[in-house]
Amino acid sequence: MSVAKPGRIAYINARVLDPASGTDGPGEVLTSGEEIVDVGKKLFDGKLPADVTIVDCQGHCLSPGLVDMRVQLREPGEEHKETLESAARAAVAGGVTTMACLPNTNPIMDDEPTLEFVARRARLLALTKVYCYGAVTKGLQGKELAEMGLLAEAGALAFTDATRAIADAQVMRRALQYGATFGLMIVQHPEEPTLATGVMNAGEIATRMGLSGIPREAEIIMLERDIRLVAMTDGRYHAAHISTSDSVEIIARAKKDGLKVTCDTAPFYFALNELSVGDYRTFAKLSPPLRAEEDRQAIVEGLKNGIIDAIASDHSPQDSDSKRLPFPQAAYGGSGLETLLAVSLDLYHNGDMSLIDVMRRLTCAPADLLGLEAGGLAKGRKADLTIFDPDEGWKVIADTFVSKSKNSPFDGRPVQGRVLRTVVDGRTVFDQLPAQSHTGEAKRATAR
Amino acid sequence: MRDPAFPHRHLLGIEGLNSAEINYLLDLSDRYVDVNRSAAKTSDALAGRTIVNLFFENSTRTRTSFELAAKRLGANVINMQVETSSVSKGETLIDTAVTLNAMHPDVLAVRHPDSGAVKLLADKVNCGVVNGGDGSHEHPTQALLDALTIRRRKGKLNGLLVAICGDVLHSRVARSNFLLLLTMGARVRIIAPRTLIPSAVDRLGVEVFTDMNKGLKDVDIVMMLRVQSERMRGSFIPSIREYFHFFGLDREKLAQAKPDALIMHPGPMNRGTEIDSDVADDVERSVIREQVELGVAVRMAVLEVLAKNAMAHNATSNMRRTA
Repeated sequence: MSVAKPGRIAYINARVLDPASGTDGPGEVLTSGEEIVDVGKKLFDGKLPADVTIVDCQGHCLSPGLVDMRVQLREPGEEHKETLESAARAAVAGGVTTMACLPNTNPIMDDEPTLEFVARRARLLALTKVYCYGAVTKGLQGKELAEMGLLAEAGALAFTDATRAIADAQVMRRALQYGATFGLMIVQHPEEPTLATGVMNAGEIATRMGLSGIPREAEIIMLERDIRLVAMTDGRYHAAHISTSDSVEIIARAKKDGLKVTCDTAPFYFALNELSVGDYRTFAKLSPPLRAEEDRQAIVEGLKNGIIDAIASDHSPQDSDSKRLPFPQAAYGGSGLETLLAVSLDLYHNGDMSLIDVMRRLTCAPADLLGLEAGGLAKGRKADLTIFDPDEGWKVIADTFVSKSKNSPFDGRPVQGRVLRTVVDGRTVFDQLPAQSHTGEAKRATAR
Repeated sequence: MRDPAFPHRHLLGIEGLNSAEINYLLDLSDRYVDVNRSAAKTSDALAGRTIVNLFFENSTRTRTSFELAAKRLGANVINMQVETSSVSKGETLIDTAVTLNAMHPDVLAVRHPDSGAVKLLADKVNCGVVNGGDGSHEHPTQALLDALTIRRRKGKLNGLLVAICGDVLHSRVARSNFLLLLTMGARVRIIAPRTLIPSAVDRLGVEVFTDMNKGLKDVDIVMMLRVQSERMRGSFIPSIREYFHFFGLDREKLAQAKPDALIMHPGPMNRGTEIDSDVADDVERSVIREQVELGVAVRMAVLEVLAKNAMAHNATSNMRRTA
């Protein structure tokens, strides 16, 4: 792919949404090369400089590009499910300009060469920005610590054993302690594995379907234990994809106690409940499992009141062979990158949260958690932008996904909110903004 | 045309059936009991039709019962026992479904160790499918034959008090049975140690007991379940000895039930684990052998209805194809 240096581009006639600065109103953004050089209500006062390419946003929203803090890569190792390129293309189609990827590739990202391989491949693609988590333990085995310090120097943002819980209390204690030495964040998949032997949420539905259940206590118990260990070690802890009402309460208490604890959730857990499993729909087989309606409502509440810091897609591509199986045998996980924005905007359309608040959970909040200079529109920042129409209705049809895997539990769902253009480092990497009659020069903004 | 009294293409479970449909199948089964007890024992209702027994799990009784039922209706029967290795079981399932479908069978009788697997297969074929047991989900023909046994002995299902005892957690027989009995207006108790009671099962309408002596009080029917040791991962019960002591059916516990209470068991029995031989073989009370006999009649009724509906389905889809 050719990477031409973009010149000066003015995004005009936009509703500028920048949660980091609290901006929400009509405005314009000027970028030059890779950077944002100016943001304001009216930058040009009617006389546009000749060397500036105009992009007419036609009144649509312009926000910082989305920062997705939980994406599973399948390259290296399982390229038949997703390649770095298909993931990156899916990301930009979803308005995601930065994604943080889990280390459960094959080989596992528990050493520097694997991390550097992914970073180099992503750089060459020049689509979304790809960052990686490092493994907490060697081989994700939950026994010996991986070389966290060296991995951090090589670029690992934070540390996690991906879809596996760090179950051994002593190992978690040491991970928090050792991580604290270098100021590293430990991200937990909070689920007690000995309780999580089932295939869906425990309860009436599982009983009716004859499926073995995972009790919500599997998550609750692990979180409670971890919070004790955080208090003991003064470590930096982040709980991924929380899914129960008790989890929200536990995190709220930990924050109130001044512990360095944060959490995220995924759209699955605030937009769906266990009824989606319906007639053994394996696309709704997720980890953690979809929970009861009361839990879903509590997750919405947690996002509203800020106990849940961020929304991540928890993108877990699976090929159809892994899903077209009897429910107990099917793989866990759902595709999420391309529905992240639209499904999250349910929170806005349902009147639960303001638009800027939803965008905060998708941009500056996860960027801050990961220590990334992203997710904002300040002068001097990299020009990572998403232009979207928050109201346009469409229907999720997983077969039309850019991602190689079509395993979306949202398949067939009517949603509102469409990504129209995605800009990374000043370059347009995804474009569905309708052609502009405003000026012929606008076409030049389209890089591909 | 599909049978208007039972218009379903498949019998995947009791869930979703209404009492009229259940009664219809039981009435039809009743007639086949008479056929089976006559000297000729045959009918030509399904002459020229093909029934495939597709079993992904070991079974002697159910498979034999389906086979006999199909043969007595004059159908051609093929038995397929598919070995399920731990790898790529599911590929085998869908591949097998597609392969079999190409041979145009009329009805598949399917058993599979995973809940929902029979439904998955039914979605991929044009013929009728009868669930011969899927994981811990449902085993509808067992529930029908149990209901037929009770109805013939007690003259009704409505208003009876039925106790289902033992490993309810892993039992597809229990699920199908309480769904059917509740639909027909019976009261159902389940009796088991807490480790073998599925979560929130009371929300499905059953009463939950953990003490055999209390749970069996005044019941009309005692259904014992097999302790499915092959499904047990982890420690659900400490020992067979302890299980039998508290939950095995013997004379003493049985004394709590009504004097004319019937004893039932889906088989195969673990004597001395969930049931004492003394009560299992009591000809006055135990109807376990009768259950086996009536099973053939129930499966004849189900196969006949599904084969008819399958023909009707294919006729309409052929018309659509040529149109």
